[in-house]
Amino acid sequence: MVGEPAKVDPMHQFTIEPLFGSAGWEVAGFNIAFTNSALWMVITAVVLWLFMLGGMKRQLVPGRWQMAVEFFTGFIDSLVEANVGAAGKKYVPYIFSLFMFILFANVLGLMPLGIVGIHPFTFTSHFTITGVLAIMSFSIVLVVGFWKHKLHFFSLFIPSGTPLAMAIIIFPIELVSFLFRPFSLGLRLFVAMMAGHVLLEVLSSFVIDGWNAGAGFGLLVGVPSFLLMVAICALEILVAGIQAYVFALLTSLYINDAEHLH
Amino acid sequence: MPQIAQLAETYSSQIFWLLIVFGLVFFIIGRGMAPKVMETVGQRDQQIADDLAAAQSSRDAADEQEAAWRARENANRAAAQALVAEAKAKSATATEARLAKAQVLIDALTTDAEARIGAARTEAAAEIQSVAAEAAQDIVARLAGIKVTKTAAAAAVKKAMAHG
Repeated sequence: MVGEPAKVDPMHQFTIEPLFGSAGWEVAGFNIAFTNSALWMVITAVVLWLFMLGGMKRQLVPGRWQMAVEFFTGFIDSLVEANVGAAGKKYVPYIFSLFMFILFANVLGLMPLGIVGIHPFTFTSHFTITGVLAIMSFSIVLVVGFWKHKLHFFSLFIPSGTPLAMAIIIFPIELVSFLFRPFSLGLRLFVAMMAGHVLLEVLSSFVIDGWNAGAGFGLLVGVPSFLLMVAICALEILVAGIQAYVFALLTSLYINDAEHLH
Repeated sequence: MPQIAQLAETYSSQIFWLLIVFGLVFFIIGRGMAPKVMETVGQRDQQIADDLAAAQSSRDAADEQEAAWRARENANRAAAQALVAEAKAKSATATEARLAKAQVLIDALTTDAEARIGAARTEAAAEIQSVAAEAAQDIVARLAGIKVTKTAAAAAVKKAMAHG
């Protein structure tokens, strides 16, 4: 590294690379390479499965692990119960899967496994992923809404008691805001995760470049940046939880709209 | 920004693997494991609710029995008190009757004695008069040398005694 300035590219961490020579895998003309993103999806699913396995002991007096698993199921159960009501019982498996999958993906992406040479890939920082998750939630809303209420579902876009003159204006506004839901749902998670990781990467580049520029810069820039990184890591763990919660909460709110209209 | 730069080449694999992995998560974890965990919680809550209900019903039964015992106890106490009161009343009546009898006897004795005392007093008074008359006769005879009849002396004594 002598004579060559250290270069930190904050966006490099989001690069998708095919693994195990799978770059050419195709199905019906579509590339389905097993990438680092796919690997971390599998790792997330396996870690989540192992976590849930600890909750399957089904003891009358639960141990710590079983308590932790029961806390999460109870948390989602009460979230759905509070937002959708009794009719929401059937959506608990979906919202639970969604919440736990996003939560574990976010948290695993923050793990400092780079120390042992394993670089976590946060697949929730890709809008292809969050977009698909958002579209799934939105599709459930549409299917349930039209299934239950047929064309009456469109009355969702006219608040009750609106005069006809106002309804003509309000209907398109409400319709557009409704159609933006999948975008806001998917982009919120993607942006929050990407921003946090970019911020951490930029700060780490300050630490490295600062010390490379000499001890004076190291103390002046590197040390405060490092302290800020520690604090922001804590914040990112909070954001990881909050974003998973927000995704699950908004999904359950939208499902409530579909179930009960108003 | 790789998310956009690599979009064309990676979107299909991203979507493909996400659908597979999330599908597995949904069916194995969401539909397989989570309901069992929630069922366990439900069973525990049910057990706790049942135990609480059983404890409550036992408590109610105990309260009921205690109330019954208390009622019985109160009845017994009342019966005992009635018995005591009856005995007390009976003995009081008996005592009163005996007292009344004794009182009658005492009254009779008292009246008798009073009569006797009255007779004795009258007798004594009569005797004092005769003695006083004789003494007056005697005194007059000695001091004045006049012979006074017994009748006159008695009249004088009577007069003096009447004046007090």
